[in-house]
Amino acid sequence: MNKKTFPKGIHPPDKKELSKDFKTEFFPAPSTIVIPLHQHIGAPAEPLVNKKDRVLKGQKIGEAKGFISAPIHASVSGTVKSIEPHLTPSGKKIMSVIITNDGEDEIHPDIKPLKDDISSYSPEEVRTAVRDAGIVGLGGAAFPTSVKLSPPKEFPVDTVILNGAECEPYLTTDYRLMLEKTDELIIGAEILKETVGASKIYIGIEDNKEDLISLYAEKLKGRADFEVAPLKTKYPQGGEKMLVKAILGREVPTGGLPFHVGVLVQNVGTTYAVYETLKTGMPLIERGLTITGEGIKTPKNLSVRIGTMFKDIVEFSGGYAGNPGKLIMGGPMMGISQYTDNVPVIKATSGILVLPDEEIPHKKEYPCISCNSCVDHCPMNLVPTRIVKLAQNKLFEESKKWGLLDCIECGTCSYVCPANIPLVHWIRYGKNELMKLRKKSEK
Amino acid sequence: MSVLIISIITLGALALLFAVILAIADIKLRVEVDPKIEEIDGILPQANCGGCGYPGCKNYATAIVNKGEDINKCAPGGQEITDLIAKIMGLEATATEKVVARVHCRGTEEAAKRKGVYEGVKTCRAVALVGSGDKLCDWGCLGYGDCEEECPFDAITMTDEGLPYVDEEKCTGCGICVDVCPKDILELHPIDENIMIFCRSQDPPKQSRAVCKNACIACNICVRKCPTGALEMGNNLVEVVEPEKFTEECYGGIDKCPTGAINFVHPEKIKRENKTVEIIIKKKE
Ligand code: SF4
Ligand code: SF4
Ligand code: SF4
Repeated sequence: MNKKTFPKGIHPPDKKELSKDFKTEFFPAPSTIVIPLHQHIGAPAEPLVNKKDRVLKGQKIGEAKGFISAPIHASVSGTVKSIEPHLTPSGKKIMSVIITNDGEDEIHPDIKPLKDDISSYSPEEVRTAVRDAGIVGLGGAAFPTSVKLSPPKEFPVDTVILNGAECEPYLTTDYRLMLEKTDELIIGAEILKETVGASKIYIGIEDNKEDLISLYAEKLKGRADFEVAPLKTKYPQGGEKMLVKAILGREVPTGGLPFHVGVLVQNVGTTYAVYETLKTGMPLIERGLTITGEGIKTPKNLSVRIGTMFKDIVEFSGGYAGNPGKLIMGGPMMGISQYTDNVPVIKATSGILVLPDEEIPHKKEYPCISCNSCVDHCPMNLVPTRIVKLAQNKLFEESKKWGLLDCIECGTCSYVCPANIPLVHWIRYGKNELMKLRKKSEK
Repeated sequence: MSVLIISIITLGALALLFAVILAIADIKLRVEVDPKIEEIDGILPQANCGGCGYPGCKNYATAIVNKGEDINKCAPGGQEITDLIAKIMGLEATATEKVVARVHCRGTEEAAKRKGVYEGVKTCRAVALVGSGDKLCDWGCLGYGDCEEECPFDAITMTDEGLPYVDEEKCTGCGICVDVCPKDILELHPIDENIMIFCRSQDPPKQSRAVCKNACIACNICVRKCPTGALEMGNNLVEVVEPEKFTEECYGGIDKCPTGAINFVHPEKIKRENKTVEIIIKKKE
């Protein structure tokens, strides 16, 4: 098999065996649901309900504000207990609608598909439906999907890449989805292709998921518009820029997005969400996630309502094994550490990872020894140590010349650094300071 | 001839040649600079702190002469320098009041707990990017001392309790720390103002009480004890709206504050019978 990849990158232990063989289970909605009104990149949604209101499953409870924004929907039926700031996995307190679940799961009467035949949607109808359903990138970035489906006219898109790489260690929710919802994903991908006017779909799958590669190759045999693209298992293979480079050999320009080179990259979870919405009319109120790690008793793949508290899911998975040292939303490479499990699942929650205290290295930091490891592995071909040294010395403009803003924050450099320098954190600091300087000089 | 003499002669000749070139260039390429700029630059303190909003004293001097920038912007220079600039520019001197930076948080390591073990970059500005920082209180001082590091006048020291202490004599009111702090803890106040709220938390009382022993819990006692209208209840946080009105009639509120969030900055300056108010942020010995 001809396996594709991008230059550099790393091979962390993938740990997928902990959860990959467990079928996606349906997690019953708990009695209290906390739905933050800002779960996406862009402007927060504005609440449409009041305290004590009765809401129904699928009802819109937050209105999108602006082009880059997304509406928010109730994931259960019940009563609004309160609307107040609640801690979210982003680490910030965000205005949230707290709903007491009545257990009825009564569906809002307006929830029905726009069209009976899923193949008869026009591109404009798809965009509207996707926008109204509040669908955002479920791979973790949470960028509004309708925006992604509306690339500017001057950049025609000819190729869709279905991102099934799932390169983050531990996570297996995309793997399960691809295994369990094969036909739905193929239809979903076709709809995306029609919507952006592309002619070809590649399905990118890492070669640690051989079964998926043969499954899809078998299903799509003889179809000219589909091609399965087996990828080498390497982190960060699932990064948009890495996928475009590996599969098509195209280079996304600095500061650019895949559409600049005629590509739409869509995560499989998002593609399935689009399919579901077009098929049933139900907005995005549920998502797949993996709860895993050596610190959890029984790892699982789950389908969970948005707004379910982490602690409910942990309990459902047998509780913590031993002394939990680290709780992360997402994968170990790019996920966000949590200090409490009293946070809700949001649209960007692809996984809940619990590592026992013994697994956490607590490494001491040393000065850079100029070993070149970060340079050897950075998938964006940057010189992380130089970028960081310049940022540390507050030479942000200079640091930008070395690619400060090109960094995709994949964490590869921090992972390989033998001196344990938190390189990515310095880079984020640098980016933030540079933005502040720019704002100041604009004034 | 010895190498030594050859070297001396050639180098000497070269030096002479360059001197001549430079002398000619100096005359031919001279740029006229308003002598006032030089003069003003000469009296500015040359701290190059940027507090005036310009990168360096020279640029500020240029802005005064060429753009008519206000002459009272040099905080380190104070009134004295403003008067001198006024003389050079032939202007009326405007009064400048000495302001100093003050710390609006009393969430010491002991009073305001952290979320967990933090292992990233240890500067306030970097920590603030991780959630809202590693303090349970979203509003409080993070205590990694960015203000201490950036203060060009060495006026700030981090105390053992984990908060910055501002030496009001050294502080020139340049405002750099105010800009630097990602949590907006520092604020400039006239040096004679003595009453302050040592907290920034606008969280509901139940929440702020849970994360910090010294939080303002919006109980309204101090506002009720102050009939002069110096204080007002803001968003879960008292505000000193008219400091000059905080007179003796209001002092009772300070004694009754359950957390000490409202207090004098310099309690030692307040003379009252049988009453002493504890000094709250102490300098590191
Ligand atoms: S510099 Fe950025 S893109 Fe490169 S390895 Fe580090 S985090 Fe990844
Ligand atoms: S509650 Fe007030 S005093 Fe305490 S840490 Fe927060 S801002 Fe500081
Ligand atoms: S006042 Fe601000 S800059 Fe100074 S230590 Fe506290 S958080 Fe850091």
